[in-house]
Amino acid sequence: MAFLEITGLSKSFKDHKVINDLSIGIEKGEFLAVFGPSGCGKTVFLRLIAGMMPADSGEIDIDGQSVVDANPEDRDIGMAFQNYALYPHMTAFDNIASPLRSRHVTAAEVDARVKETARMLRIDHVLDHLPKALSQGQKQRTALARSLVGRPSVVLLDDPLRNVDAKIRYEMRFELPRVLRRYESTVIYVTQDYKEAMALGDRVAVLVDGAFGQAAAPHEIYDSPSTIRIARLFGDPPINLLPVRPITGAAGTEMSVAGSTVRLPADRAALSGRECMFGIRSENVVVSLEPNNGIPMTLDAITPVNNRLVMLLGGNEGTELFASCPQGGPMDRLRGRHNAWITLDLAHAHFFDNGNGARI
Amino acid sequence: MNGKSVLRAVALTLIGLFFLFPLFWVVLMSFMTNADILRNPPSPFFTPTLHNYTALVSGNLGTNVGTQKIDYMLNLFNSTVLSGFSVILSLILGVPAAYAFARYKFRLGEDMAFTLLSFRFAPPLLVLLPLLMYFQSIGLYDTYFGLVWVYQLITLPLVLWIVRGYFEDVSEDIELAYRLDGHSWLRTFFRISIPLARPGIAAAALLSFIFAWNNFIFALILGSSGVQPVTVGALAFVTASGIEYGQIAAALVFSIMPTLVLAVFTQRYLVEGLSLGAIKG
Repeated sequence: MAFLEITGLSKSFKDHKVINDLSIGIEKGEFLAVFGPSGCGKTVFLRLIAGMMPADSGEIDIDGQSVVDANPEDRDIGMAFQNYALYPHMTAFDNIASPLRSRHVTAAEVDARVKETARMLRIDHVLDHLPKALSQGQKQRTALARSLVGRPSVVLLDDPLRNVDAKIRYEMRFELPRVLRRYESTVIYVTQDYKEAMALGDRVAVLVDGAFGQAAAPHEIYDSPSTIRIARLFGDPPINLLPVRPITGAAGTEMSVAGSTVRLPADRAALSGRECMFGIRSENVVVSLEPNNGIPMTLDAITPVNNRLVMLLGGNEGTELFASCPQGGPMDRLRGRHNAWITLDLAHAHFFDNGNGARI
Repeated sequence: MNGKSVLRAVALTLIGLFFLFPLFWVVLMSFMTNADILRNPPSPFFTPTLHNYTALVSGNLGTNVGTQKIDYMLNLFNSTVLSGFSVILSLILGVPAAYAFARYKFRLGEDMAFTLLSFRFAPPLLVLLPLLMYFQSIGLYDTYFGLVWVYQLITLPLVLWIVRGYFEDVSEDIELAYRLDGHSWLRTFFRISIPLARPGIAAAALLSFIFAWNNFIFALILGSSGVQPVTVGALAFVTASGIEYGQIAAALVFSIMPTLVLAVFTQRYLVEGLSLGAIKG
């Protein structure tokens, strides 16, 4: 049994099932990044764990103890809110000290631990300020310090980097894992940025339709998404998806992409005759401006994204494909429309069932 | 100073004069003799006298047919006791109730809140006459307790509805964050909810104090001279030989003092905003 074990958790608002039979186990010291599109129930999930709203059904165990009926104050959970939820009438020091003051810790120790945590998060110079006098970044660090200072058994972070500017977000992506490791915290980190989830999480859990569609190491989710929805959520530009119907002929199993015939690897013979979705990420679409035996298309637009060049290609039958390649090549200064020939790296391609969206 | 700000200053002065003039005239009257007050045309130039104030403090109302005992100082004391205790009782009952109405959905909740508000709609006389019979038979007539109880009709709905709005504005996340820190519900209520709703509580307390202070009809019917406040006490100035305008004015100046002091004192809380910047704007 995992340190934090959640089984069959459900929560509905009126007829809307926000969390639907969700189960997951989180090991002690693990950093679980929960990723999902906005409005998918991430915050509700955290609130159920924190005990801020009652679950309709399900079980939550921390270290073998059921906490599902416990009050929030008895669960030993620290939480940093998206809106920080600092106490406006208390100084940063008193905000951070709050979890310690509920535990009969001596004044000297409160002082020492608050200052230690504040130093680590580099807010020790603003401890006597009221929240209104703190910058966004300092508020966010104060909220983080408050969630960590009591060394709770589970730390919940509700999209803490959402409301800070890009520079602080970038800094915190480096700093956060270091701080959390120091506190040996078991962390559930909620975000709606798939890159943040992949950068921070030991494991990424994707919340779709009120349950975890997939929970795995970041690159496993990126490389082998379990459903078409999860495949769509990860990746920038989004994964290319084309409806296909492979047919087995004399030359092997083949499918039609943009009017050209593409032969599939031998292990895909089972797809023959099946209507399905063909998915391939932009980096697995290789573009050549010299004629070769690839699929002829036109290169319509090209734009740099995160140190890669992303290309939009148009082809027969209205087909559009994204391709990408590292910057620094001959493509860098390319403008205008060009004829292009593309090759698909089918070893990294996916096929998804048209009905339930599962990867075949 | 440009034209616009001159115009603004003139407009503000005019508005100020318009609203403060009656008050100013009452203050002037309190230093006049009855003869000065009734002079036609009225004039702001007269020989000031403290006679009205000394009469009030000493309790001897001198009229042109002899002196009459009045107990205005006792009335002032009664007003303070009645209004003060009414507000305190309303805060003790109303603030937790306001919190419940703001935070929790419960059966008949809205109906209860509205019923409390509807006390303000009822014509007081309609309620008071039957109440007088009950009060006399259970011994609450002419007692501070009885009046404080009835004053809840004035003060409790005010406290409840004003403070409720402020509690609704306090972010639930802040309260929940405090509970997650390991503090009990009760501690959270006293350390987070109440301090954050303090401007609202101060405003409600001040308003209900003023409403209670200005009440006339409840004390007129449910109490005799022993517990009657200044509003009823002022009736004594209508004497057999005429109306003592000077003393009425002085009594008025006396009676607005406490509320004025309170208003100045709590002004800080009244203007202090609720959102102190802990939640993103």
